[in-house]
Amino acid sequence: MIGIQPIEEYARLISDAKQHSVIDGASSGTEKRYQVLHGDYPDPDALRKTAAAIKDHTLQNLASYLEQAESSLLASGAKVHFAATGDDAKQTILSILREHGVTSITKSKSMAAEEIHLNPFLIENGVECLESDLGEFIIQLDGDEPSHIVKPIIHKNRREIAETFRREKIAPDYNDDPETITRRARVYLREKYMAAQGVVTGANFVCADSGRIVLVTNEGNSRFGMAPVPVHIALVGIEKVIPREKDLAVFLNLLGRSATGQQLTVYTEFVNGPRSANQPDGPEHFHVVFMDNGRTDVLASNCREILRCIRCGACQNVCPVYRQASGHAYRSNYGGPVGAVLSPLLFGDRFPELADLPKASSLCGACNEVCPVDIPIPDLLLRLRDKAKREHVHSPAALPMGPFATLATSPSLWRTAMTMSKAMNHLPIDVAPIKPLQDWLGQRTLPPSRGGEFRRWFKNRKSS
Amino acid sequence: MSQPVARPLSKRVFLMGTCLCDAFYDDVARATVEVLEHLGISVAYPENQTCCGQPAFNSGDWAASRKVAKHTAEVFAGEIPVIVPSGSCAAMNRHGNPLQFEENPDPAIDSLATRTWEIIDFIFNGLGIKEWPGAFETPTRIAFHRSCHSRGTDTGKAVRTLLGTIGNAEVIPFGEQEQCCGFGGTFSVTFPHISGRMGSLKLDHISEINPDLLVGIDMSCLMHLNGLATNQGRQIPHKHAIQVLRDTLPATTPTPA
Repeated sequence: MIGIQPIEEYARLISDAKQHSVIDGASSGTEKRYQVLHGDYPDPDALRKTAAAIKDHTLQNLASYLEQAESSLLASGAKVHFAATGDDAKQTILSILREHGVTSITKSKSMAAEEIHLNPFLIENGVECLESDLGEFIIQLDGDEPSHIVKPIIHKNRREIAETFRREKIAPDYNDDPETITRRARVYLREKYMAAQGVVTGANFVCADSGRIVLVTNEGNSRFGMAPVPVHIALVGIEKVIPREKDLAVFLNLLGRSATGQQLTVYTEFVNGPRSANQPDGPEHFHVVFMDNGRTDVLASNCREILRCIRCGACQNVCPVYRQASGHAYRSNYGGPVGAVLSPLLFGDRFPELADLPKASSLCGACNEVCPVDIPIPDLLLRLRDKAKREHVHSPAALPMGPFATLATSPSLWRTAMTMSKAMNHLPIDVAPIKPLQDWLGQRTLPPSRGGEFRRWFKNRKSS
Repeated sequence: MSQPVARPLSKRVFLMGTCLCDAFYDDVARATVEVLEHLGISVAYPENQTCCGQPAFNSGDWAASRKVAKHTAEVFAGEIPVIVPSGSCAAMNRHGNPLQFEENPDPAIDSLATRTWEIIDFIFNGLGIKEWPGAFETPTRIAFHRSCHSRGTDTGKAVRTLLGTIGNAEVIPFGEQEQCCGFGGTFSVTFPHISGRMGSLKLDHISEINPDLLVGIDMSCLMHLNGLATNQGRQIPHKHAIQVLRDTLPATTPTPA
């Protein structure tokens, strides 16, 4: 049966305002990336392939690099935890907070935390939890979901944000000037940082050799969050480890340029263990929670290249389907091409429900072309389509292909069909009771069939 | 979609005519033959060819598409190059097939992959023709839609360069050229709204430069774009790049698009 695809449905129902925000944000991201990356490097592809090779090497030796990272972290005074599932990670974080008597935290943006819905869990368990990234803060105020990896509020405009600030009394009145909005958020958040007792961050990279974790932000919010509190917990997907600190030369140069067209993000923070005796501030307790949550299954699958991802969002920006449907259409915190691969794999029990995601692509390959770690996303989408078919997952996008294969492996039938199709020029096929055909022809005019004409020309030419 | 280092060249080639040329665009297949022969290459067209199998492959029905791929590999068995006037079908032979046979590699599939050339890539990189000895009668502003299946291959650059060497031709860049036209084969059937929106955006960008001619290397993209344009009351004259090469040659009679 052919039904309406969920992502197609999102694209049909999206409001004009939301669509404009997404398209503007995404296309300007694509353009800035191109200008800066291609302006700075004569051959960005060489850099992308180097980054991919480092990631592949790390993933092939993940167990040993994780062990090395663990020893380095322990040596620097950090405590290290391993969580097999999202639930384990949440429980681990909660018990660390309880152990230190922490009931109020700020949180800097973390896709790993979004992936396991950490915020609602902590709030349910009595921990006050405030998002300190401006975009995520607005998402939290609105009870909304992020729709982009680096620009969580790409789907909103400044007027909506000004209205949220007024409604939630973050601001005394409505003012949609971006600078004013930012200034007001800053004033509000400053006090919260000082009042919090702990901070939860993600990590962009964990260097196995030095045991330092690396965080990049543009707002300095994770740094602010860390400065005044005694407890810092970093939640890290196991694939975030890199062998050496000097590999950052490749990754940091690619990450900012790919994500926002910045040569470097405004803040690049290296966390070198808990506060030492001669440091005036910073957390005395530093915990790193390495989370698996399905990643070793992905590593064992034929889609393991997706674990190279450094969460830059370039594939989302460039993706024409993402632009039309928005990140929310992908029904997880990972939208766009990366999400279409990652979500059905990571959330294994949701595979049947998410099996439509890999089909929502024209396989144009723009995602692969911009990916800083050269993930062959179209190939992975195809492998997942094959997986869905083999596992008999019902999908509204499954066109019956048996008859096609029969026709395409029976040359004489094929030639007859071609000749017949020419005769069909005189039939009103646009009234045929086939819904997809009607939809297709509703928007497009098919050229007249000339089935068999080339074969006839070629043959006659030879005989003459 | 990396290109192998060396691909066989010969004075005799197979033409893989593509199902779209078989059904709708016979003149594109004809232009391919005429240009190749003009260049001194003799062309064989195996009667039993059908389709590259991409519709089933992209739908995830690899059991079905493997059958079609094996049929195609059998039809084009041999040593000589297989020339395709479509970036998309070429990509299927060269990249899609090895992907769907990755767990059970098949020498016939690998041979087809190695021998397949997109036509303009063959002319430019295979035969080494870097300048086209043809001209338009009047100055012609060309919008070149590179077609997504040429990403990561040598085709896009080959077409852009070769078109630029044609007398009276000017290839004009337009906005967001990296964006897909929205066809995507079965994608346009299962995601008709998104596909149509993508196509309209592409048409907007192309219309902005008001070209005399829209040139592509895949009739699928051009069929979709022209089909949308017709319904929207827009006129965009379009040709496959191989038709442009043929029609600008002084020696042959130009055929209307």
